[in-house]
Amino acid sequence: MTSILLAIVIGAAFGAVLDRIGASNPNWIGRMLNLTNLHLMKTILLAIGVGSALMFGGQMLGLVDVGHMSVKAAYMGVFLGGLLLGAGWAVAGYCPGTGVVAAASGRKDALFFIAGGLLGAAAYMVTYPAWKASGLLDDVAGGKVTLGTVPGSKFDGLTALPGDVLGLVLGIAFVVLAFALPDNLVGNRAVAQPAE
Amino acid sequence: MPLNWKAGGLLLGLVFFAAVLLVKPIGVSTQFVILDGIVGDAVNPALVTTTDDGYTSTNAYLAKSGGKYAKAVSNPLNYSFVFVLAMMLGGFLSALTRGGIDRAERSVPALWRANFGDAPWKRYAAAFAGGFVVLYGARLAGGCTSGHMMSGMMQTALSGYIFAAGAFLAAIPVSMMLFRKEA
Repeated sequence: MTSILLAIVIGAAFGAVLDRIGASNPNWIGRMLNLTNLHLMKTILLAIGVGSALMFGGQMLGLVDVGHMSVKAAYMGVFLGGLLLGAGWAVAGYCPGTGVVAAASGRKDALFFIAGGLLGAAAYMVTYPAWKASGLLDDVAGGKVTLGTVPGSKFDGLTALPGDVLGLVLGIAFVVLAFALPDNLVGNRAVAQPAE
Repeated sequence: MPLNWKAGGLLLGLVFFAAVLLVKPIGVSTQFVILDGIVGDAVNPALVTTTDDGYTSTNAYLAKSGGKYAKAVSNPLNYSFVFVLAMMLGGFLSALTRGGIDRAERSVPALWRANFGDAPWKRYAAAFAGGFVVLYGARLAGGCTSGHMMSGMMQTALSGYIFAAGAFLAAIPVSMMLFRKEA
């Protein structure tokens, strides 16, 4: 029951924050991907940095349970799937989490995104054996690995570097990157002329 | 206008940290599979079945990893599924308390309208197709923007970096080609 309560509290907070930062708004996603407004990119980089620094810092102080880490496997399909997700993300302006939040916030196109998503997930469920047989789901570089070796973690390290220190340093690096990133990398594109 | 990136990034980072501190890293895309499984099992009860030591499925994907997904399909009131339902509640309340989204924007977002006009069906078709590709890709990758990119890179997972590289490598050129005008 506690876990359901936590799901409600953390889930609701996540949904609300995605709405407030503009991540569930396709216009902000589009401007970020067009590189004309990196506001959302800076938000994401800062979030990764803050989350990483707190988690690894907390581990080093013994306040965060290393056992809560859950590292996904690396395989060729991760890159291919990333390409597909990226293309669809650009077209729709939604990813799985933000699409769900957008639909709840009243966006009707997001309902179509979810419907397409359910069909896409079903299509993967049906075609999974072929991917499995292709070898593209086989682990590369050790599979479920972190960049350094995190003390007490059940996941191996890609390198022997101390994983908690590396995580803290990378976390800080993401924060610095968030501050260093300019507001845009490409000048504003042609603004549509309002209809006369 | 969204929250300033410093406040927004801090809040988002705190949510990801709270999740891993109290339970486990955030992920969303698996729940599309679970909902498909719930619907599939309602239509065809033979899809998910119990075994001596758990659950299995006639679908190889639901049966993989010791029937972990099959188990979630049989018990929808689990942490990860409720989490996604709660995200909707949070998104709904947040949008409501900031005054909601205006009518035209709700069916056709401004950036889309500036490039492709205001016909809703065109936008709905694109959102549907996009959704299909996004979830197919997320399942192939084993996670999405939340699970792989945010939670993964935060944990220094190699897979998170590989995923983020693929996602932005495709997303940036596709967006630049599609949305040449900005509203």
